[in-house]
Amino acid sequence: MSSAVGAPRSHAASRPPLTPPRRRRSYRLGRWDLKYSPYLYVAPFFVLFGVFGLFPVLYTVYVSLFDYELLSGTKEFAGLENYRLLLEDAQFWNAAYNTLGIFVLSTMPQLIAALMLANLLNRQMRARTLLRMGVVIPNITSVAAVGIIFALIFADRYGLINWLLGTVGFDPIAWRDNRFASWFAIAFMVDWRWTGYNALIYLGAMQAIPKDLYESASLDGASTWRQFWTITVPLIRPTILFTIIISTIGGFQIFTEPLMYGNGLIRGGVDHQFQTLAMYIYEKTFTGNAEYGYGSAMSWLLFMMIIIFALINFALVRRSVKGDKK
Amino acid sequence: MTTTQTLPRSVAPPPVPPRRRRGRLPGAQLWQASPLTYLALILGGVLSIFPIVWSFIIASRDNSAVYEMPPTPGDQLFTNIDRMLANEDAAFVYGLVNSAVVSTVVTISVIFFSSLAGFAFAKLKFRGSNALLLIIIMTMMVPTQLGVIPLYLMMVELGWTGTLQAVIVPFLVQGFGVFMMRQYAMSAISDELIEAARLDGCSTWRIYWNVVLPALRPAAAVLGLLTFMQTWNEFLWPFIVLTPDTPTVQYSLKILSSGLYQTDYVALFAGTALATLPLLIVFIIFGRQIIGGIMEGAVKS
Repeated sequence: MSSAVGAPRSHAASRPPLTPPRRRRSYRLGRWDLKYSPYLYVAPFFVLFGVFGLFPVLYTVYVSLFDYELLSGTKEFAGLENYRLLLEDAQFWNAAYNTLGIFVLSTMPQLIAALMLANLLNRQMRARTLLRMGVVIPNITSVAAVGIIFALIFADRYGLINWLLGTVGFDPIAWRDNRFASWFAIAFMVDWRWTGYNALIYLGAMQAIPKDLYESASLDGASTWRQFWTITVPLIRPTILFTIIISTIGGFQIFTEPLMYGNGLIRGGVDHQFQTLAMYIYEKTFTGNAEYGYGSAMSWLLFMMIIIFALINFALVRRSVKGDKK
Repeated sequence: MTTTQTLPRSVAPPPVPPRRRRGRLPGAQLWQASPLTYLALILGGVLSIFPIVWSFIIASRDNSAVYEMPPTPGDQLFTNIDRMLANEDAAFVYGLVNSAVVSTVVTISVIFFSSLAGFAFAKLKFRGSNALLLIIIMTMMVPTQLGVIPLYLMMVELGWTGTLQAVIVPFLVQGFGVFMMRQYAMSAISDELIEAARLDGCSTWRIYWNVVLPALRPAAAVLGLLTFMQTWNEFLWPFIVLTPDTPTVQYSLKILSSGLYQTDYVALFAGTALATLPLLIVFIIFGRQIIGGIMEGAVKS
């Protein structure tokens, strides 16, 4: 917009004359101000994010090419050796398997439940704020606290869930020794903490849908259920895709929940049955031998996995949820 | 954003988002909540709140009664808290103080830099602004957690390991914050207002400080709340870069939950209760704003 830029200049000219030198200086200052201050204002973000956000992620590639020696404190160029070792490392594949399993178990039910919940919240009702607060309250608790609390809820011998199972006549479940049971418990924690949050994001998008769309649909005799799938879901598709990408990025990096679930031990169960990739990276890097190169190689492979799965999920949802041309 | 904060006189309240559901449309009964809706939502709310309430109940019991059913509160809460606080290895009070300092500094910084950059993107014209904004949006997608190893090596190089600046400095800016402030500034501040300020001879900085920042206050409050909660709950990075001598509250919880103290459940749960309580209070007071902030997130996609 050239008028905004031009305005002060023409204005200054039409003013009753100030002392000439001062005017010229403030004029020059004003031009400098207009031209460069926007860059000055956005620069802190780029500098700080570049140094502490982007650079470390990219530098991971470089670190992954070296073999770090803890005792001598030196590093030696190793080429792709770390990656080769990684692909032969059974514990790596185990961790990848666990990460993927927990991710699938947590994300799918979570987003579907969030959709349903948002649909319920998207009505005229009393105590609206209170009900919304009710569903999103888990999100304010810290992951560490959630891990501790659910570790006891899913405790093997005297846990709440096993007690409930006992009262209705089922055998207790080994919530840690059984791989799938442990995945389920960890996924449950993630769902508990994030379903309400995602529901509010969907609700925000749903409220932007014009209500007359529904009115004409119900005049045509479409059931509420049908309206939900043919109007609501397609119209908030961009938001659904967004939450899927965010959940994929977060879900693959899961660390704290399984750590706290296993009493704070990095091995993730006796046989690593719920050790995730992020935990294995930590184990290799920050405990014991400080294998920074190996850990970085793993980080980088995890990054690749995130990109691949984000794209797969994106494509799947885009195909299955048909958006309309708006 | 459903917010009750007052705007400066000269700024019209922003039109986002219109509350459509207030209008009584002909088909409105379709959107009336049925008793079943209430039932489902109340059930959801109970499921959400129960684990938190239950953890407070455990915190009030005696160690011998941890597993007793049904869950009824005991009378040991303050004894448990005392014992937990007396645990020198966990340094819980120190952790609380550290978390408060870190979260406050990060929150102020994120609000400042986000509103500054958001204002520039929304209201100032400069070459490359669209491309730069796109880059900022893309930074939200970068899984920065995968860079922790080089970041840690960097901290070692700087000699920052075990110090609070190691958990503050990397979080001083936030792509989401910039974007949120930009969106709000677009609708909350009119171009005429900025032009009028320029005609009065305001420099860009004075416009930001005297006109823009006051107008952005509602959005800044929400961003501040979300940032504070997020920083308070941060676990992985403090766990990597800090030492047990200088913990944040989440690190203290980790120390309490493992090793020798693992069996003292009631003290551990007194810890989780104390670590959750500050955010619970914030949430109860500012729940409406926080919900508005999360729902705004939908608009960005």
